[in-house]
Parts: sequence; structure tokens; C-alpha cells
Amino acid sequence: MTERLQIQNLYKIFSAAPEAALQILANGGDKNTVFDKLGAVVGLNNVSLNVPQGAMYMVMGLSGSGKSTLARCINRLNEPSAGKILLDGRDIVSLKEEELREVRRTRISMVFQHFALLPNKRVIENVEFGLKLRGVSPADRRRRAEEVLSVVGLARWGYHFPHELSGGMRQRVGLARALATDADILIMDEAFSALDPLIRTEMQDELLRLQRTLNKTILFITHDFQEALKLGTRIAIMSEGELVREGTPQSIVLEPGSDYVAAFTREIDRARLFDARSVMREAAPILRSERGILVGGAEAGDPGFVLDGEGRILGALDSTALGHARQSGEIGTPSSDYVSVPENAKLIEVARSYRNGAPMAVIDEDGRLVGTLGVGELLSRMSSTSPKTASAGDRHV
Amino acid sequence: MFKADDLAIFPIDSWIQQGVSWVALNLRPLFLAIKWPVEGLLSLNDTVLHAIPFPVFVVGFTLLAWRLATPGIAAFSAISLVVVAMLGVWNEAMTTLSLISTAIVFCAVIGIPMGIWCASSDRVWNVVRPILDIMQTTPSFVYLVPVVMLFGVGTVPGEVAVVTAAAPPLIRFTNLGIRMVEHEIVEAGLAFGADKRQLLFEIQLPLAIPTILGGLNQTVLTAMVLSVVVAMIGAEGLGLVVLQGLGRLDVGRAAVGGIAIVLLAMVLDRVTQKLAEPKRGGATRTSLFATVMRLVKGGRPEEPAATAIAAKQAL
Repeated sequence: MTERLQIQNLYKIFSAAPEAALQILANGGDKNTVFDKLGAVVGLNNVSLNVPQGAMYMVMGLSGSGKSTLARCINRLNEPSAGKILLDGRDIVSLKEEELREVRRTRISMVFQHFALLPNKRVIENVEFGLKLRGVSPADRRRRAEEVLSVVGLARWGYHFPHELSGGMRQRVGLARALATDADILIMDEAFSALDPLIRTEMQDELLRLQRTLNKTILFITHDFQEALKLGTRIAIMSEGELVREGTPQSIVLEPGSDYVAAFTREIDRARLFDARSVMREAAPILRSERGILVGGAEAGDPGFVLDGEGRILGALDSTALGHARQSGEIGTPSSDYVSVPENAKLIEVARSYRNGAPMAVIDEDGRLVGTLGVGELLSRMSSTSPKTASAGDRHV
Repeated sequence: MFKADDLAIFPIDSWIQQGVSWVALNLRPLFLAIKWPVEGLLSLNDTVLHAIPFPVFVVGFTLLAWRLATPGIAAFSAISLVVVAMLGVWNEAMTTLSLISTAIVFCAVIGIPMGIWCASSDRVWNVVRPILDIMQTTPSFVYLVPVVMLFGVGTVPGEVAVVTAAAPPLIRFTNLGIRMVEHEIVEAGLAFGADKRQLLFEIQLPLAIPTILGGLNQTVLTAMVLSVVVAMIGAEGLGLVVLQGLGRLDVGRAAVGGIAIVLLAMVLDRVTQKLAEPKRGGATRTSLFATVMRLVKGGRPEEPAATAIAAKQAL
């Protein structure tokens, strides 16, 4: 994956003369020192992060944490005080007005918390808005707007006014407006926060569905950790203008790294967050014979599986049969009483497919065995906070 | 004891007197240049309004009121205009109306761009605002003295005074309307790459229109008041009727002028006020249509969630 958006040492000071504040921060002062000495508010304090192409990158934080400021720095609705924002390697911060307008029209679009639709324009005219600003001909932009409206499921509502639509539908219009420009980067600023819970869940599912086909790079701002876990491929947690934790949802829950982050992760429903892959044990080959390859865990009581040459499961051996096989070097008749779960199945689904006594195998999308799963690991992961090894690429700040 | 009068008195009055005299003497071409378009438009409006036959005007104005406001206001307008005619001051009323309509044009041409400029910069607004405060709190006949010195007496200098006094509300409301546009919508405009001109014409002005029309209503009423007051510097119209009544201690004549002024003012106020209110009519019609559509599809019209369901069913 390539890095589409790189934010490097970004600062935002809300002050006419940010230099003095930057100096204090550079000398190790913090947000409060700056406020006490200069009366200036530090919005962002040395934030660096990378957003890969196709990511659903969640920026999570409570109000005042600087998350919206960060989002607004990317399309420069807020001017950064220092630092770089690289869009495909090109620095947005140093763009001239003309170039910035071009970037806003073609590369980065935005969805707003309170929809920000024009109340005096019909839905379809709202969707056309970005194209109109860019100077696309009326016929072309109308065609494009109709396309996008049907993508978000509002094909029949184009000629209504925004006030005739429900909140969820209005935000679909906001989304359609952002999609219509074909910008590959989408900034969603608390896009679902103003919606009621049922509609919010519906919109989240809709966004996940759309993202599968659109493959945009999405920067999603939210104060809702559940939302961040549900949607995010990566999450950045902000507090007091600083980035406090960054990583994949599963790794953040496994290793919060600070009490501040732990406060969010404590009440998380782990069964719906973790997948089979994260708790499975790798199965090592034990024996090869004409029956196939026998693999199994090292510990006593672990089941074994007999695989064909491709790695697909032929059958299972219980611990007695496995012990026998280890001693004799002969693989007995494998039993077909076992359960296999896909590696990306959430633990709740794994638990549902569990059958008493049947060994569990974790398979990849081609049906090849990748690991085995014990009830013990399943239960401890679903309940405990004890850390296992975090996946690679994590960062503690 | 120390008295207020013992203080040295600033000769402000003579300073201003000298200043205005100097301006009147040396900047004469400038004031002639200002006077010229005012005179042109005023005489055009005056000629047209007097040329329209009385019944045609009443019917035309009533239809206009119907279109812009409500049938009730249209009926009220028709009755008021007939009463004004029956009072025997129709010609004077038309002169006053030409003063007002000319003032509206000039106020719009000056006031709206000025308001846009004020909204675009805090520095400009900080300078303009106290000037507007002074203009709006100064008693209106105080304007008359410098106007007489700079433009002379008569209907055209009167018109200059009317425009000067009536423009401030429009500047104020235009500025306010643009500044009140929801911040997030302005941000949306910028985020999608609007330049200054697009931001103004696509977002700020359209959304500020209800407020600007509210300012127009204020401007019309101020123009109405001033068009009466300027009778004191020789402007014709309904004000002159009152002034003549006053001069001759003819209470009846003064009252006739007064009643006509009140009726005309009420008609203009009601019509322009309706203009400023958000148009409920259009909105109700479309949502009525939407309601029918929803009923056809079996959704429940009173719940917004039902619209979402209807939309899903439509997929």
C-alpha cells in the first residue's frame, strides 16, 4: 500500500503570530504553558501520521482534542502554522491559492457534521455543487449527479428540497455531493454524529458497502470509539492537540498504551472486534505420510489436522489419536467431526459455530488451514485485557 | 458657583458652517454630478407614475401585491389606494411614491454592494458601522441643512436627502445577512473549491436574501418618512399637503395629508414585509406533493423516518 496522505510535524496555533508559541513548544513547553504565557490556543501539537491509499482512517478524540482542526488543515480550511501535509508527495501547505482551489475541486472533498446543504437548492443541484464550481457543463454535471444519487440510494429524491428529507437522507446527499467530484480523498467530519443511533448504524454499514466498490482514501473524524472500531482500518487517537495512539483497531484494544486510551477500550465488545486469526495458534507439521500431512499444536491436548498437498483439511485427529500418531509414525483414520472457521470471522461468529468437543480449524479464503483454535484462547480473548503480541506497524506516541 | 455656561465654548458650529460652505463652494461640480442621475431617474419615475391612469394603477398595484404578498394585503392595498384618491391627494401621493421608488433604486445600487463590502472585511465594517449609527440616530431634518447648502432646495435635493437617510438599513441588513450565513455552509463552499465570486453568488447572497429584503422593508419605511420631511426644503408630495395645513392652521388639510401618508406607508410596509418572509407557499406545495407521493407508496407522512423507508423501498 502506498501512502496517499502524509502529515509531518503539523502544528496549528490559533494566533495571529504563531512563531512565539511554536518556539515554546519546540523548547519542550506544552499547550498550557503556551496559553499561560501568550494566551494562544494550541490546536495541533506536532502531529504526524500516514494515511495509506484505500484506508478508512479514523481520527478519534473528544471535543477540543484537535481532530476537526486536523481535518480542516488537510484542505486548508484552517491554515497550519507549521509542518507539512503531503498529498502523493506534494506539499499542500505551500500551495498557492489557485493550486489549492484545484486540489479542493478535484482531489479532496468533504462531508460535514450538519450536512451543510444549500437549503434553497434542490437535492440534485446540491450534488452538482462541486462540479458547478469546477465549470462542468450543466448537462454533464446533471448526468453525473443522477449517477451518484442512485449510488447513495436517493435516485428518486433529486428534485426535492433538503428540508423535505430526513437527517440520514440529507447526509446521503452530503456524501453524494462529495462523491460527485471524483476526488479520491474524502474527509468526513463527524459525518454521522448528528444522526440518531439507528440511522447512524445504517449509514455506517452503507459507507462500508460503498467503500468496497469505491476504494477512496477516507479520513473519518469521530468522537465515538465504537464507530472508529467498526469502520476503521486504522485509528489515530488524539488528545489535547496531540496524537496519543495510532494503530489498527485490534492492536489498540489489545495494547492501549496509556490510561487515556484504556478508558475508551475498556468497555469494548471484544467478541465483535477480534477475528479468528488474532487468537489462533499456528499449526506446525508433525508427520508426512501417504495419507497426507499431519499438523497440530505443540501442547498436549491440542488437536491435529490431516491436510492434503494443497493444505486443505482432509480430517481431524483428537488428542488421543494424535498422541498415537506421534508414537507410531502412522496417521490413523481422520475424523470428519471438526469445525472450520474463516480467518476473518469475528470471535462472536466463531463462538456460534463451536460444537462440543469438535476441534476448530482456521482456514484462509482458499480453504487452506492457517491455524488451530482452542476454547481457552477464545474465552480469554473475549473477556480479558491481557495483551498478546501486537501486530506489526504499531506506534506508541 | 461654577456654572456650565462658564466653560469655554467650542466654536464647533462655526467650524462646521465654514467647512460646509467651503465644500459647497469648491466641490460644486461633484454635487452636480451626484444630482444629475438622481434628477434623471426621479423625473422619469414621476412622469411615468403620473401618466398611468388611476384605475390602471390600482388594478396593477393590487395584482402586484397579490403576487408578492397575500390576497388580503392585495385587497387592503386596493381599498387604501381608492381612499387616497377620494381624499383628493392622488397626484401628491404619486409624487411621494416616485420619491420613494427612486430612493429604493439608489439605495439598492449603493447599499447592497456597500453591505457586501462591509461583510467581507471587519476593518471596513468597523469604520462604516459608527457612521451608520450616526446617520440612523441623527434626527432626519438635521440632514436638510447641509443638503440645502450643497444641492439647493426643491424636490431633487429632497430626493438626495431621502436616499442618504434610507440607505443605512439596507447596508446594515446586507452585511448582517451575509455574516449570518451558517459557517458550515460557507466552509462547504470553500472545501469544494469556490473562489470569492462563486462564494458570494452561489452561497452568501442567495442565503442572505431574506435578511436583505428585511432591510429593504426598513429602507422603504425610512424613505416614506423622509419623503414627508423633505417638504420642509421644498419637495412636493404628501408632505407638502401637511406642511401647508400646518402653515395655514388648516387642521382638516393637514389631517388629509396625514391619513394619506399613513395609508401609503401601511401598504408599502405590508407588501415589502411579505417579500422578506420566507416563502412558505412554494415549500408547502412541494412537501404536499411529497406527502401525496408517500401516501401512494404507503409510508407514514408525519414521520421523517418514513421518508427514509420510502426511499429504500424505491430502490
